[in-house]
Amino acid sequence: MKVSLFITCLGEMFYQDVAKDVVEVLERLGCEIDLPQGQICCGQPAYNSGYRKDAQKAAKQMITSFEDATYIVTPSGSCAAMFKEYPDLFKEDKEWQERAQAVADHTYEFTQFIVNVLGVEDVGAIYPARATYHTSCHMIRLLQETEAPFKLLKNVKGLELLPLENSYDCCGFGGTFAVKMVPISEQMVDEKIRHVEESTAEVLIAADGGCLMNIKGRIDRKEKPIEVKHIAQILNSRA
Amino acid sequence: MPMKIGEKPFFDRVDDALDDDFMRNAMASAQDRLRDKKLDITERDDQIGDWEEWRSAGAEIRRHTLENLDFYLDQLSENFAEKGGHVYFAKTAEDANRYIQDVAKKKNAKHVTKAKSMVTEEIGLNEALEEVGCHVHETDLAEYILQIDDKDRPSHIVVPSLHKNKGQIRDTFQEKAGYTGTEEPGELTAFARSQLREVFMEADIGITGCNFAVAESGSISLVTNEGNANMVTTYPDTQITVMGMERLVPTWEELDVLINLLSRSAVGQKITTYVTNLTPDVDEGCVDAPKDFHLVILDAGRSNALGTEFQSALHCIRCAACVNVCPVYRQIGGHAYGSIYQGPIGAVLSPILGGYEEYGELPFASSLCAACTEACPVKIPLHEQLIRHRENYVAEQGNAKTSEKMAMKAFGVGASTPSLFQIAVKGAPTFMKPLVRDGSISKGPGPMKPWTAIREFPAPGKDNFRSWFKEHKKGRK
Repeated sequence: MKVSLFITCLGEMFYQDVAKDVVEVLERLGCEIDLPQGQICCGQPAYNSGYRKDAQKAAKQMITSFEDATYIVTPSGSCAAMFKEYPDLFKEDKEWQERAQAVADHTYEFTQFIVNVLGVEDVGAIYPARATYHTSCHMIRLLQETEAPFKLLKNVKGLELLPLENSYDCCGFGGTFAVKMVPISEQMVDEKIRHVEESTAEVLIAADGGCLMNIKGRIDRKEKPIEVKHIAQILNSRA
Repeated sequence: MPMKIGEKPFFDRVDDALDDDFMRNAMASAQDRLRDKKLDITERDDQIGDWEEWRSAGAEIRRHTLENLDFYLDQLSENFAEKGGHVYFAKTAEDANRYIQDVAKKKNAKHVTKAKSMVTEEIGLNEALEEVGCHVHETDLAEYILQIDDKDRPSHIVVPSLHKNKGQIRDTFQEKAGYTGTEEPGELTAFARSQLREVFMEADIGITGCNFAVAESGSISLVTNEGNANMVTTYPDTQITVMGMERLVPTWEELDVLINLLSRSAVGQKITTYVTNLTPDVDEGCVDAPKDFHLVILDAGRSNALGTEFQSALHCIRCAACVNVCPVYRQIGGHAYGSIYQGPIGAVLSPILGGYEEYGELPFASSLCAACTEACPVKIPLHEQLIRHRENYVAEQGNAKTSEKMAMKAFGVGASTPSLFQIAVKGAPTFMKPLVRDGSISKGPGPMKPWTAIREFPAPGKDNFRSWFKEHKKGRK
């Protein structure tokens, strides 16, 4: 199966190891991957800050890069949700709207693609640890994908998945919210970390680079002994 | 401006809120409780059936009503007037207050009792009535508490005194009203009740808000748990109801759906203790009906939203379901919003009613997590409307900082020029190296500063993913 990978700007800039794990997992599941060279960023930072025109520039670049793809897969619920927003972003421009719709229709978040398109729930991973999972807001509410990551994690050998109190509450990332509303964001991420600690997990897993960057950044600042992992890192583990 | 709460700038109000541990604990536990009760009665209760179908029905009713608002407002006012009531359309808060002042003056009113009156908070009616010599008595328990506590302001749409605990309420009662009892809620309530009995008896005018008005019969409908609205509307000969111009339904059938949505979404109740429906019937000579019934229908900025992408904000039925799930409200409470409309709906509605100059920061006080949109029983796309406000704020109003505009322009160029992006990806590890300690950045300059104020910033990875991928593909062939 041919898959066009949108690795995300955060993935390319900061999380190359996660990006490699994504490639290896998908290849193991029989996908033939290409990496469209024109890809950059989905445009969400500008879009959510109110800079629609600048977001459109980013979106056009992505649409042009991905419009020939059969499946577009990205290891970020939030970036996938932004692709789904593209038709609305171009609602005053029929031609771009149609092109945007084609891209949106073929876009999947990484775990969503594995479970719902490939029909796989056990990728043969082994990761012995006590872990909990952060359901990022854009993944569960905008993309409405609430099950795929859990189905996959359930089948990871050795992984004990613990419930996370108030898992539905945002971690305080919210893109530019994290830097515009620092004191509020701080309280939100601290409450999230408190719940992670209460879960007694050693590892926090998520499927969104932004949330991971926020939560890990705060965990490291507070020197908490909790590891933070992208779900692709777990799914690509063998021991 | 009466809708406004507090004179301090937004971030000072946020700091005050974050320093108030008691308030924050109260918010968090109230949210947990209300959210759970709501889920119990919407998603876990099999009596109601499919909650999503109810939401769709609610959204459709509100959409239809707002799209035909002029028709239903005409119908409502005709039916209300036909039965002997007086209808007044107020363009502004001042218009509404002036009309009500005139009624009070004509009646030579000294005492006014009030119930269920969010909208009168919005227009500052109490102050207006005091100007013409009236004593205004809030009769809903929470509003009564706030009023005697030096006119404290509501911090929640449905539970206005959520920021106070029973100890604080006891202290207030002791200091301001001569209370000598304990902080036991039953005792506190009995005290308030005994104080209010007298007040009900001597009222010259009763004033209420309006949960819904029914166009087909010219009736107003109030949902309450305390029954005070019944006292307010029954004792005095004169009654004034103030309603936002959007708060109506075509027929009793739609009222049924919306009341089910309202009570369940607000506090997780199947139905409130009282649903009071009032129709003027001056000619019928009903003994306990007001002889003089006024309906003030208020615009006060609402028509700004008509025909725009914000029209559906007027669908709001004031249940506060969005407030009850908002992770930002959870941390900062209601007063920090600086408006009597708090939380996500407050952040959408306040700039519509009061403008960006006063409320321009509110749309940014959201992480766009969409919990509000998910909770709204009439499906207002709240998080999307927050983005629309942000767009208006930065584009049309020219309010954004120049540095931010420049940064976003740069983003637009960077995010549409692959070669530039690749230069940035390749150059970042070298460029940022001086800032990196132990694999991350603790103190970043410029735009990284607010991030690193509380968190570590990741060091850019040294490998180039595209190069790795190219090699990797070669290896597989």
